[in-house]
Amino acid sequence: MRLAVEHPNKLTLITGAEAAAHAMRQINPDVVPVYPITPQTPIIETFAQFVADGRCDSEIINVESEHSAMSAAVGASCAGARVMTATSSQGLALMLEIVYIAAAMRCPIVIAVGSRALSGPINIHCDHSDSMMARDAGCVQLFAENAQEAYDLMIIGQRLAEDRRVLVPVMVMQDGFTITHSAEPVALLPDEAVKEFVGEYEALYPLLDTDHPTTQGPFVLPDYYFELKRQQVDALEAARTVWLELQQDFAEMSGRRYEGFFEAYKLSDADYALVILSSTAGTAKVMIDRLRRKGVKVGLLKPWLFRPFPAKEIAQALEGKRAVAVLDRALSFGSWGPMYLEISAAIGRYLREKPVLYNYIYGLGGRDTPPDLIASVVTDMQSELDPTVLHYLGLRE
Amino acid sequence: MIEIRWHGRGGQGAKTVSQILAGAALRRGHYVQAFPEYGPERSGAPVKAFTRLNTKEIRLHCSVYEPDIVVVLDPTLLHAKEVRVTEGLKRQGVLLVNTPHSPEEIRQQTGFMGKIITLDAEALARSVGARFSNVVMLGALARLLGDISLEDVEREFAQTFGEKALATNVAALRAGFSALEAPL
Repeated sequence: MRLAVEHPNKLTLITGAEAAAHAMRQINPDVVPVYPITPQTPIIETFAQFVADGRCDSEIINVESEHSAMSAAVGASCAGARVMTATSSQGLALMLEIVYIAAAMRCPIVIAVGSRALSGPINIHCDHSDSMMARDAGCVQLFAENAQEAYDLMIIGQRLAEDRRVLVPVMVMQDGFTITHSAEPVALLPDEAVKEFVGEYEALYPLLDTDHPTTQGPFVLPDYYFELKRQQVDALEAARTVWLELQQDFAEMSGRRYEGFFEAYKLSDADYALVILSSTAGTAKVMIDRLRRKGVKVGLLKPWLFRPFPAKEIAQALEGKRAVAVLDRALSFGSWGPMYLEISAAIGRYLREKPVLYNYIYGLGGRDTPPDLIASVVTDMQSELDPTVLHYLGLRE
Repeated sequence: MIEIRWHGRGGQGAKTVSQILAGAALRRGHYVQAFPEYGPERSGAPVKAFTRLNTKEIRLHCSVYEPDIVVVLDPTLLHAKEVRVTEGLKRQGVLLVNTPHSPEEIRQQTGFMGKIITLDAEALARSVGARFSNVVMLGALARLLGDISLEDVEREFAQTFGEKALATNVAALRAGFSALEAPL
């Protein structure tokens, strides 16, 4: 039982949580207000170790709740600091009131999220109900497939957040346990390269600049509220452009290229397409390879960006497919999956010839999704299952 | 791809050895993945951990259903109600058990018809002054896999264990490695 060796090394075995913590260490933010919650805790635990070991000099503020963590983050960001934090599930729920304010006050805070189901019943395992709950808060939302992407997207996310055309929080999602606690090979970048890539942060109107006093976060009446919201719309629109620009810079610095808004895996000639976020997209690639060997033309579309949602580009990538199945790892009770609704709208808006569109809910509360289960979706599409009802994958009924 | 499932009890270091093996294999140039199965974390409760080794990038992010190798760190798990250690184990796979009993006895107990290898890792651990048998079992598995260098495992130890525990664990590793005759 011997293995042939073929790949060059220079990889470090770390978990997704540790990968995110390394990105934070290299970015070296000024302030990191934190409150622990499973499965995010190893991110801040590892980061706190780095600070204690003197490998970066961020000020960690241990607060009494996530509501306070985000409040401290907004305060520090307004003061002019570069700020990062991390959370999961109920923690994000408790934070959410202030996340809306962080976005509206244009605080470029990077939030690492270990995706986890929302209570109740209480469950510590992965699904995307936490980040989907926060999708309308005004943050950029990035989803990572594996530990490597979790690391890279933290670094890209920092530049994205702080670009003056954007200036909103960036949430970087990695799947709880599946990625946060799974050890994988990760290519870490040199500290200096990351430092140079993210650069120095200079706040536009720091409160601590007492020579130029400003008022921040005041009451806004009907005469201006609407205009301020419109500016947030523009910020998220600008994030598309900045994301594409950063890909070039990141590729030059790291040799790793994130091309476009999503990864298209064997998609261009596919008859059937799957749309999946995060770690399950990796499992789907394995299934796609198996089905391709049997002659089934199936491909994958894995969005990195969920907010802003790349509707036009996704619709174009799905044009001409016989059928498309959108797999959502979150529910919107009384409606359909959040990503399905986006893609349905995108296809309706941009395509004349529409593929048959299916929606599957999968993986809630950490329900495992192996390749065979994903293959059953392709079989369903081939047998022209009813697309007008919501389907559930791996559910006992 | 080789998929390994580790069975232990909370606190016996199943997760630790699953990662150390992956780290050592990565040093040899393999693609790897190591992850535990999380439930409510209780000391003494049955736990599982997994290691995947491959020649290509591992994209799977789901559990292991049909392992090639099962390593049982705690012999009491063989008759535990809540866990069946041979579940899904490939017929041509290997069951590696920490027990003073013979492979024939384990076959009768588990009904597994494939290759069974036993070693008294607990006694070996005691003989070198180690508290747990997980590292002895890791040594035995390294022997079985063949293409794992003990020096690489020891480099991984240096990242995991403090100076005091290092020498004991190196001794435990080598005791497990020497207990088996040859790679598969």
